[in-house]
Order: sequence, then structure tokens, then C-alpha cells
Amino acid sequence: MTPGARLVQVDGLVKHFPGARALLGLGRARRPVRAVDGVSFAIESGQTLGLVGESGCGKSTVGRSILRLIEPDAGRVTLDGVEVLALGPRELRALRRRMQIVFQDPYGSLNPRMTVYQTLAEPLAIHRLAAGPEVERRVRSLLEEVGLDPAFARAYPHELSGGQRQRVGIARALSVEPQFLVLDEPVSALDVSVQAQVLNLLAELQRKRRLTYLFIAHDLAVVKHIADHVAVMYLGKIVERASAAALYGAPRHPYTTSLLSAVPVPDPTAQRQRIVLQGDVPSPAAPPPGCPFHPRCPHPKKNDRCRTEPPALREVAPGQLAACHFAEEPM
Amino acid sequence: MSALTWLALAGAVAVALLVAEEAHRRAAASAAGRRFLRHPTATPGVFILAFFVTLATAAPLLAPYDPAFQIDIVHLQNHAPSAQNILGTDVYSRDVWSRLVYGARISLGIGTIAMLVAVTAGAGVGAVAGYVRRWVGAVLMRGVDVGLAMPRMFVLLMAVALWEHLPLAVLVLLIGLTGWFATSRLVRAEVLSLREREFVAAARAAGAGPTRVIFRHVLPNAAAPIIVSAALGIGNVMLLEAGLSYLGLGVPSPLPSWGSMIYDGEPFMAGAPWTSLFPGCAIALVVMALNAVGDGLRDALDPRKETA
Repeated sequence: MTPGARLVQVDGLVKHFPGARALLGLGRARRPVRAVDGVSFAIESGQTLGLVGESGCGKSTVGRSILRLIEPDAGRVTLDGVEVLALGPRELRALRRRMQIVFQDPYGSLNPRMTVYQTLAEPLAIHRLAAGPEVERRVRSLLEEVGLDPAFARAYPHELSGGQRQRVGIARALSVEPQFLVLDEPVSALDVSVQAQVLNLLAELQRKRRLTYLFIAHDLAVVKHIADHVAVMYLGKIVERASAAALYGAPRHPYTTSLLSAVPVPDPTAQRQRIVLQGDVPSPAAPPPGCPFHPRCPHPKKNDRCRTEPPALREVAPGQLAACHFAEEPM
Repeated sequence: MSALTWLALAGAVAVALLVAEEAHRRAAASAAGRRFLRHPTATPGVFILAFFVTLATAAPLLAPYDPAFQIDIVHLQNHAPSAQNILGTDVYSRDVWSRLVYGARISLGIGTIAMLVAVTAGAGVGAVAGYVRRWVGAVLMRGVDVGLAMPRMFVLLMAVALWEHLPLAVLVLLIGLTGWFATSRLVRAEVLSLREREFVAAARAAGAGPTRVIFRHVLPNAAAPIIVSAALGIGNVMLLEAGLSYLGLGVPSPLPSWGSMIYDGEPFMAGAPWTSLFPGCAIALVVMALNAVGDGLRDALDPRKETA
């Protein structure tokens, strides 16, 4: 594949979780939760898209829908030209070799009853990638690649630290030699010192294996050093999408601006203005009319239009999209 | 009883002690095992179970008589315990001790096999109902509700009434197939929570199909409640079998089961209490031991207490 070509493309992805019904499906169904509401983006081969948003904004649902761990309700997903959402079980299984996922919780993402060896050997067995002594060789080299001693193969997850478990999770994702990895908050559960190590490992693996990443995170700081492009999500929608340089340098959406103001700066003398958002994220089952961000928006020009007319995601600068009526006059 | 029989009995006690001792030693080595040992009755429970299992296994060595052999139908009816018959004889002049030893085979065997049937069915239905969303799970669980609502004893009595002579195998199967409802609920609840865990999502992302996910990832992690419910369930099954046999509807005569022995001795309780007393004690001891071990296992295996 030529570099720069779009490996992953997502168009109009929608996932609504149905509201719970009363006993036996009688009674009125509650309103569905619109976890993902028309999300589109593309990732070029070998690049990283950072997908950022508060918890509950639907960013994990996007990642899992692309891998069909959750079945989305509408939209298109293509991986290297293959229509992911149209595949039958057999073709989907074959495609799973090419796309993998690393989870947030290093405690929950490893089967506590399986040794590291069993965990890493399972994908090899499913896809018949290795047999006999070859399995052991592959497991050993995977462990070395993620910076673990091959002796860990015999260990159970509870014998490992959080960082070690996360490395095993990464090794498992790499075992089938995928092109595309969804990293679902891969460092959020780790100590800060370990976070840096795992981020460096991910960056190194991307270089060596020419991997394409969808990096999901809940703050912009983590993504800054690894992402080429960043998309910011709020209540199931992308509110701003741009190259990392543009987004960090000149954010156009007030939500991005407030998120950036929350990123700590390692300079105690720096003077800066913090924007503290008022209130909580509204329920995605009952999003506010108009711009979903308007109840919390700190933009000084906020007016009635924001309360009634939902802003479209539009290009406000070359390669920079924002969904705000006042994107031309950023805060 | 001959010296050889006494020697065999001493041997059985020794084996049981060794087993209990070894279990204690192994348990003390792990955190879960120490939780098991914190139960004051758990170790005696292991000893009692080991003793009766040894009796059942080595029955031919331990029983001086054939369990159905009528020693002297004229002179030895309901004879009190003596040197020849340490637990006495019953109304047909059969040796109570020999019947007790062979009865252990039947009673423990029925308990174990019926429980295996019940646990397999319960785990299977529970796993499917918990893992497969939509109507399949709902329909299965409504069926389980119906099963739980039916009194088990009446279902069994009905089957016995329909079949003139119920073969033992069918009886065991029936007891097992009426005993899995509670287990299936337990397993389903466990599976419902396990299926949302990330290691299950990871297995699916790796391409694992539903069968592999259920058998390799979900059920092994639901093993603890299954084991506990099995341990507690064996005692239940034994009581049920005893109840059926006591009504004269269980294990067909002259096969000795502890329940049928109580039934045989019941008319003579006043004059010859030993005929019912000893099998009754055996049932009580084994059921209590199973409950003690089951409770200990619950404390030991409860994942909520597992230190990460």
C-alpha cells in the first residue's frame, strides 16, 4: 500500500443503544442512548488519529464498532478498501488478523485463568499462524518485542504489574501481525511513569511495523506526542478534527479550547487562563437541542442560534473542521 | 467380624486421615486454601468424606458379608450389635454393617452422578442463556422459572408412579435433570457479568467464535460458583434419594442404599433401632460434611475475596 493512502475510513457511523423496557417488553421504552451519532474520519496508512473526549462521549463505542465488537446501526467502515460492516462471520474472522485492539484496563483485559503463553498463543491457533515449536518461538519473540522477559510466558496475569500486563495486551494484539490497531485508552489506567514507557513502546512499534493507530484518550495531553491528526468528540459527535499542529496551535471549537486549557503545563511560572466548564455532560439519551455543547459553552458570542440550530461540521481552515457557528472567531 | 475386616477398617480410617492431612497441608500453602481452613468444620468434613469414599471404594474388603446375604433368617432377625455383626442385623438377618458399606457406593454414587448431570445441564443452559442475547436466553430462563416452581419430589413421585419398576439409571438421570435449575441461574448471572469483561472482548477481537469464548474464557472463570453449588448439591441429592427410598420408591430392593435401609428398619424402630439408626447417622454425617466443605469452598473460591 502506498504511504499516505487512506487505510481506515469511517463514514456516518451511528450506534444507538436501545432504552431499557419494563418487564416482558411491555410499557414504554425509554429513549435510546445515542452513543455515536454520525461520526466520520479517515486515517492514512502509518499514521495515528487521536480520538479525544470525556468519558461517555462515545469514543470507545467508535473504536469497538470499527472492529465489530459492537454492531453499529448505520454507517460505513472500510479497512484497506474492504467493507468491514458488510462481512459475514467467516470473512470477518479473516479480517480480524488485520485489525486489533488494546484495552484500557490491564486487569480486566487478560483472562485470569490463562498464562501469558496461553493468552499469546490463542490468536496464533485461531488463525493457524503457527504450530508446534513455532508457537513457542513466536511467543518468545513477541514478549521480547514488547520489552518483557520471555520467562514471563509462564506467569499468570495476577503475578504481573499493571505496566507488564499492558505490554502483554499489546503483544496479544500484535500476535496476528495486524496493520491497524485501536488503542482504547491504553495508558489511562497506568502510573504516569509507566504511561511514558508504554507510549514510547507504542511509538516504536508503530515505526518498526508500520502500524496505523486509532488512539482513544480522554485528555489531549496523552495524544499530543503520538497523534498526527486529532478528532475531538462530544456527546456522540465529532466537534473538531484537524492535524495535531493545527488543533493544538489554533483550536476552533470552544470545547477543544477548554480541553486544552486543562492540559497541565510543566512550567510553574507560566501564566495562563483556565476555562472551567460549568455543569455536567448532558445525558446522551436526551441531548440538548441546537448545538449539543451550548449549555456549557463558555464562548462569549453564544446566542439563540446555538440553542436552536445544530452546527454542521465544516471546514473552517484548510484541513481543519469544526462544528461551531463561531468557528471563525475562536475564543 | 474377622481380624482382617478390623484391619481393613483401621486402614480406611488411616487413609481418610492421610487424605485430610494432605489436603490441609496443600491448602495452607495458598491464600484461598487458608480461607478454606478458616472454616472450623472444613477439615473434619474432608476427613468424613474421605472416610466414606474409602468405605465405598473398598467395600468388598470391609464388608464381612454380601449385603443381600441372609445369614440366618430363623435365628438372626433384628439381632442387636455383637462381635459377629457389629451394627447388628436387620429383619431379614442381613448384616447392617455390610449393607452400610455397600450402601455408601449406591448413595454416594447416586449423589455424585446426579450432581454431575445437574451441573453439566445447569452450566450449559446458564452459559447459553447468559451469553446469547435476545430471545434465546429469555425463553430458557422462563423455562427455568417453571422448573424451579415445580416441587422436585412430586415430579419424581409422578415418574415413579408412571413407571412400574424404575431402573436405577433412570432414577439417577431424573434426579439430575430436575436439579439443575438453580445452578443454571447462578451460572447465567456469572456469565452475564463475565461477558462484559474486556478479556472476552479481546478474545472476540482475536477471532474466537462463541464456542471458544464460552469454554475457554467464560466458563473457567465461572468455575468457583459451579464447584460450590455442586458440593452443596450432592448432599441435597442424597437426601432426596433417601427420601424417595424411605417412601419405598427409590432404590429397588435388595440393593442397599442408606435411604432404603432406613425404610426397611422403620417398622422395628422401637425394638431394633440399629437397623435405621446407623444408616441415618451415615446420611447425616455425609450431608453435614458436604455442607461444611461446600461452605469452605465458597469462602475459598469467592472471587470477591480474591486478592489481585
